[in-house]
This record gives sequence, C-alpha cells and structure tokens, in this order.
Amino acid sequence: MSETLYVQLLDLTGGALLLTAVLILWRRELAVIIRVFALQGLALAALVAVLAARDASLELWLVAVGLLVLRAGVLPALLRRALAAAGPARRETRPLVNVAASLLAAAVLTLLAYAVSQPLVELAPSAATQAIPVGLTVVLIGFFVLVTRRRALSQLVGFLLLDNGITAVGFLTTAGAGLVVELGVSLDVLLAVLVLQILTTRMRETFGDTDLDDLRELHD
Amino acid sequence: MTTLLLLAPIAIPILGALCYLAAGWRPATTWVSTISAALVLAAAITTAVAIARTGPHIALAGLLRVDALSAFMLIVIGAVALLATTATPGYLRAEIAGGRATVRAAARHSVLVQLFLAAMALAVVAANLGVVWVAIEATTIVTAFLVGQRRTRAAVEAAWKYVVICSAGIALALLGTILLNYASSRAPGAPGLDLAALAAGAHGLDPGVTRIAVALLILGFGTKAGLAPLHAWLPDAHAQAPAPVSALMSGVLLSVAFSAILRVKAISDVALGTGFARTLLAVMALASLLLAASLLLAQRDYKRMLAYSSIEHLALVALGAAIGGPLALAAILLHILGHGLTKGVLFLGAGRILQITGTSRIDAVRGLGTRAPLLAGCVGLGILALIGLPPFSVFASELGIARAGFASALGWVTAAALILVLVIAAALVGHTGRMLLGRPPEGPGAATATRRLPVGTAIALVGGLVAAAVLGIAAGPLATLLHLAATTVLGTP
Repeated sequence: MSETLYVQLLDLTGGALLLTAVLILWRRELAVIIRVFALQGLALAALVAVLAARDASLELWLVAVGLLVLRAGVLPALLRRALAAAGPARRETRPLVNVAASLLAAAVLTLLAYAVSQPLVELAPSAATQAIPVGLTVVLIGFFVLVTRRRALSQLVGFLLLDNGITAVGFLTTAGAGLVVELGVSLDVLLAVLVLQILTTRMRETFGDTDLDDLRELHD
Repeated sequence: MTTLLLLAPIAIPILGALCYLAAGWRPATTWVSTISAALVLAAAITTAVAIARTGPHIALAGLLRVDALSAFMLIVIGAVALLATTATPGYLRAEIAGGRATVRAAARHSVLVQLFLAAMALAVVAANLGVVWVAIEATTIVTAFLVGQRRTRAAVEAAWKYVVICSAGIALALLGTILLNYASSRAPGAPGLDLAALAAGAHGLDPGVTRIAVALLILGFGTKAGLAPLHAWLPDAHAQAPAPVSALMSGVLLSVAFSAILRVKAISDVALGTGFARTLLAVMALASLLLAASLLLAQRDYKRMLAYSSIEHLALVALGAAIGGPLALAAILLHILGHGLTKGVLFLGAGRILQITGTSRIDAVRGLGTRAPLLAGCVGLGILALIGLPPFSVFASELGIARAGFASALGWVTAAALILVLVIAAALVGHTGRMLLGRPPEGPGAATATRRLPVGTAIALVGGLVAAAVLGIAAGPLATLLHLAATTVLGTP
C-alpha cells in the first residue's frame, strides 16, 4: 500500500469514527442510534484493517475480523434485542442537555482531546499517532453520553462508545498489549454488556420502564 | 510445586464454584465455601513464608508473579473471606426461611462468591498490568448479580449504578494501561506491561505520556477503591448487597483495587518523581474524607453508614500512600488488614440486625443491647475498633499513618484528615449508640427471625474481633511481611 493511500484511508476511517460519535449525540431515535453505533463498529474494524494491511500482519487482520463481528454484529444485535423488548419507549425523550448544547460540547471535547493528546503525538510522530486525538474525542463523547442520557439503553451506548474510543487509541498507538490482554478485554466488555442488558430487563420488570429518572430510591 | 502453590488461591475457589454449580445448595455443600476460603488463607500464609525466605516467585511463563505485597493481599483476601463464608450458611438459611431467597438463589450466590474470590486472587498475583485490569473488571461482572440478588427496586437500581459507574471508571484505567503500554514500547528495553519490569525500567518512560497514563490509572482504579470523585456506586452497592458480600466488597475488594494503585505509584514515583502521585492521592483522599464526614453526620441507614466509613478508611489508606516512606506504607498495609477484619465483622453484624428487625433505618432499631446482647456487643466493639480505639489494630495503623504524615511534607493535610476522622468517629459512635442502647420498642412486628445468633455468624463475629485485637497488640511474624511488602512498593530493594 502506498504511503498516500495509507494516510488517506487512515484519515477516512478516523473521520468516520468521529462523525458517527457526533451523530449518536445528535439523534434521539434509539433505533437510529443503534444503527449508527453499528456503523462505528464497522469504521473501527476498517481502521484496524488499514493498519493490518500496512504492516501485513496476520494477527491484526484477525483482530480486525474479530472487531467487525463483535462491534458491528454482536453488540448492536444485543442492543436491538433489548430495544425490541423495551416496547413503545423508543426515544431518548429528555436528555439532561439539549441537542444544540450537546453538539457544542462535542466541539469543546474535541479541542480538549487535541490539547491533551499533544504529548502522545510527540512521543512518536506518525500518521497513526496523529489520529490519536480522534480516539480520545470518541472516549470523551462516550463519557458525555453516559452522564447526560436518561434511558438505560442510551447509557449503554455511551459506555460502548467509550470502549470503541479506547480500542481505537489502543491500535493507533501501534503497541499491541499481548493476546491474553486483548482477549480478556474483549471478553470483559462483552460480559459487561450482557450483565447490563439483563439488568435492563429486570429494571423493566420491577419499574415498568427504563427511564433512569425512576431510579430515585437510593440517595442521601 | 511453586507453580501449584501460586495457582492455589485462584484454582481452589474455581473448584468451589464448580462444586456448587454441580451440586447446588444442599446440606452437604453448605461448608464448601468456608473450606475453600480456609484453604486460600493457608496457601497465602505458606506463600508468604516461602517469599520471606527466597524472594518473589514467578510462574506460568511469567504471567503470575507473587511478591511480598501480593502475598500480603492474599492473606487479607483469605482472612476476610473466611469470616464472610463462615457466616454465610446462617445468613442464607435465615434468608430462605424469611422467603427473601430460594435454594436456587443460594446456590447462585455461592457460585458467584467463589468466582469473586478467584478474580480477586488473580488481580493481586498477576504479573501484567493488563491482566490485573481484566481481573478487576471481572470482579465487577461477577458481583453485579450479587448486589442485585434481592431483586427489589432498590437492589436493581444499586446493581445498575454499580456496573455503569465501575465499568466506566475502570475503562479510564484501561485507557491508562494502553497509554502506559505505548510509553513503555518506546522506552529502552521495551518492558511491556510487566509490572516488575516497568518499575525497574521506569526511568526510560516518556514523562508526558506517563503523566496522563498514571492520572487515568489512579482515577480508574480509584473508582473501584471507592475514592472520590467516582465513589457514587459504593454506598448503594454496599447497602443493597447481601451481608457476606458487603463484607467481602468493603473488606477486600476496595483494597485489592487499591493495591493496583500502589503498583502504579511505584512506577510513577520513579518515572515522574514522587510529587505527581502524591498530590493526586492526597487530593482524592481529602475529598473522600470530606464527603464521608458530611454524609455520615446525618445518616439514617446503618448499612450506608458502614459504607461511608469504608470510603473514609480507604481515604486514609490513600493518604498513607501519598505520604510514602516505609513507615506509612507498612501502616497502610496493616490498616488494610485491620479494616478488612473489622468492617467484615460489622457488615455481618449489620446483616443480622437487618434480619432480626427487618429495617435498615437507624432510628427504627432501638435497644438492641437487651434484645440480642451478643450481636449488639460485637457490633459495639466493632465500631470502637473501627474508630481506632486500642487494642484493635486500626489504632496502631492510624497512629503509624499520622506519625509518618507529620514527619513528611503533608503535615497540614494529615492534620485536616485527622480532624475529619474525629468528626466521623463521633458520628459513628452517636448513631450506633442510639441503636444499641435504650429500651426496645414495644408492640408486634419488631421480630421476624429467630433471635438466637447462628453459630457460624457468632464464630465469625467474635473471631474477627479477636483477630483484629491480636493484630493490634502484636503483629508478630506479619511484621516481617509488612516490612518486605512496604519495600516492594517503595521500589527500592
């Protein structure tokens, strides 16, 4: 792969990651959010595939396939099943921060990510490390979604966004953490999502809804 | 032989879990978890003795590494697990009798508790920071259903908060791990994520990247250790979980997460100088103490009261770690063990009070001293031990932290912390005094379970207090281990 093509593909996939993150912030229809999340999984897998093609690394190719299956297939399917079970409540009705302010916040978070990741880029300047701020922005946007959304399902998407961002940073720093760790991390994420999905079901059984505003029993 | 010994604390609870999975909860399996905990403790002590003689052990092609700190943490896990599992049969029988749990739920409880122990053991013996992360996140996953075991509104809410906040917080630690791995891959010798190699080669780490990584790691593992600012899951989860699980979470899980912070601090102190981690930990400690003090003063729920006291004690441990130096580090390790035993006793006692009275409100419990003298006596003594009265070991360790604090640059911080600790002590004694003393309430509805304390619970309560007292009077052979573990964290052999 020529250098220019590599850089262009890297920028394209990085841009797709960022765009999907912002779209999730923008849209309120839960079904749309899940579809965009699946697209982001695709972009993430493509990003790793670009790195794999460049290094001609079989291990990275395998990881890219694994990511594609998990992030663009299994996790969105799990979310969709949770949504189908949720019945009519399919919109993020009242986020704590409205859409316009959320988008502004996303811009601020992007700037913050660029500022914070200066040392990360400087340590080993390359096309891949130049894209680290994108990964960090997705992490920050994920956190933002997690704290400002009211539906259990949107919080779940926020958590997964956070994980996508971290995975992206992990591969952009181009330092594999070893197979045991990679496997463990993927398994933990999958299990955490399963646990949360079961809890959403229980919540609906006991509360009749998954609006987290109803979670008011425990406080001081 | 060594490999087998190192694997034992992980393998024994997994075998226990398989046993419960196959046989379920029946008279024959009632004490399996207690036996498993006792074996873990025995293996931990054997390991500690071996390490004191010959130094750190490595097994499984470098995946596991046990040094003095790991051996000490294994002892803490084994000791508190022994307390909790000794009281478990009595607790579960009362729950089943009261219709709040089924035999199936009891079996599931036992399986998950065993897996919980295995995950914590893995977290302290793993040689690789990535594996430590995986193990600590695994504890969140296995305990999620334990927190939500009762399936009431409050329990489901606590479980949701617990998983969301802990998973998000620990995700920060994952990002930190990845960045540390990045810094280490560019360092001379490329130490990877191996904790010992990282601590030895920390000079070569890029300071800019390491600073971000360390901050994320301390915040992330701090979430799991119950330190501010991401502490919000702790009071809910501790209050809603079944008593033996609360005892384990408060007594061990928090300190297991904190031992990961100690490992990170050893790396940070060499790579960035001692100032960075010290400032971060001191700020988190003071914020946690302030929070615990302000929420304890007007607390109305005794299980939440104990939970906030756990935040207080972990904050003291964080303060000790910020102070640094051999005295402070030995003191915080002693504090971890003393707090684990005492808080284990208190949560088990609180669980029993909940079963007798059916309420967790402080003002609804009156005159427990006349209704259940042994239980009230143990809880009373436990609170006195917790606020740091001699002869219990919390006294010795708090004294150690304070002495080291005033001798260091953090004198003012230590002074402020001690004032907050006094406020908290007054609040704890006041609340507990109202519960234990006075005349019992009149009328029906006050009693739902049998009054007699189950033998297992009684043994756990008295045994835990005796152990905490003995530990306070003479650390004995533990002193050698404490000293060795403290030097491990200092990074200078």
